[in-house]
Amino acid sequence: MKLLTHNMLKCNVKGVNNGYPLKIEVTTKEIRETEMNPAFLQGIVEKLEWPVFRAAAAQLGEEGLPEAVTPELLEQEDFLKKFHRALLEVVVVEGALICPESGRKFTITNGIPNMLLNEDEV
Amino acid sequence: MSRPEHVSPPELFYNEREASKYARSTRMMQIQSQISERALELLNLPDNTHGLLLDVGCGTGMSGSVIEENGHAWIGVDISKDMLDIAATNIKDEGSDGDVVHRDMGTGLGFRGGVFDGAISISAVQWLCYSSHKEHVPKLRLKRFFQELYGALRRGARAVLQLYPETPQQMELITSAAMAVGFTGGVVVDYPNSAKAKKFYLVLSAGQPTQLPRGKDGAGEERPLFHPGRRSANADTVDYESERRGFRGKKRSRNEDVNIKSREWVMNKKDRQRRQGKEVARDSKYSGRRRKGKF
Repeated sequence: MKLLTHNMLKCNVKGVNNGYPLKIEVTTKEIRETEMNPAFLQGIVEKLEWPVFRAAAAQLGEEGLPEAVTPELLEQEDFLKKFHRALLEVVVVEGALICPESGRKFTITNGIPNMLLNEDEV
Repeated sequence: MSRPEHVSPPELFYNEREASKYARSTRMMQIQSQISERALELLNLPDNTHGLLLDVGCGTGMSGSVIEENGHAWIGVDISKDMLDIAATNIKDEGSDGDVVHRDMGTGLGFRGGVFDGAISISAVQWLCYSSHKEHVPKLRLKRFFQELYGALRRGARAVLQLYPETPQQMELITSAAMAVGFTGGVVVDYPNSAKAKKFYLVLSAGQPTQLPRGKDGAGEERPLFHPGRRSANADTVDYESERRGFRGKKRSRNEDVNIKSREWVMNKKDRQRRQGKEVARDSKYSGRRRKGKF
């Protein structure tokens, strides 16, 4: 699971009002290099919950992201590289996602978060 | 044609064996990528944008690679773990900007609001019409799916769902579920005259009504099959008929100017039957002529 996905996912178990952001539990992580696409990064930034992303990145060892993003920063190669790395290259391979409200645990195996709900949770 | 929907639920049908068969079949690959290309075309994203797309029922990620060739990132959801394992391996090997989540679309999608620039789904949504567990009510599952899909899309974004409805009733069920949560749009049919190449695309727009694209029919000329409502000159409203029906029997002849059994009427009828492929006597100077009266 990439941090991009983590930023978009929420817990929608029945009865949970605020299932966002999901806490991450990391057992193993990997860095998988991908090609950087600056135009995509500049577009996606407004859709991210930046503080959530920043905290998750720090947890996975990607420090050094600024507290807020400015249009000038988005032109800087240096920042874009860091941003790209944290957003798309860091992958949680084994671990779990935990709902902040109900504490429901969604396991991540082989890089795939299992968000299946039980019948009573729908 | 056999339908996997009748065999077993998707999480069981697409098991390891079926998934690897699916992923390695070049025929499947070709069909799936053709459909994905067409779905992206129908999404009608502005040129040179690099957005984030949702792929519902992503399977082994074949549609994802098409999305990526077009410069977008994607997140896929699917119910079959075996399919997703293959997708995950492909993502890893290809250094792809995609990601997958194990999820049953009938229980909602579980994404934050307004994050996707579009959604595609290739041959998946018809599965929601089948009930494999006692608790699964197709209507409710469709409602939940469309609600969350609507929520996850940016306002004005489109969703293009290619599907294989088994009956017209299924299509009706799916379309009405989509309309009930606020989607606008309708069905686009490609190659409506071909049994094999015929494909249904449900083109939905979240937020603002857009012109429905037209289906391909292979002849170069494109035509729409049906619209959700007839558009009037003012695009926000729908025309209504002010003309009264009158007596029941009055509208029997399509063209009221033509007298029944006149030569013109007979010729029209013969033409119509010829078009229907029926055997029709050839036209001559006697066609439609009255017989001489008996003495």
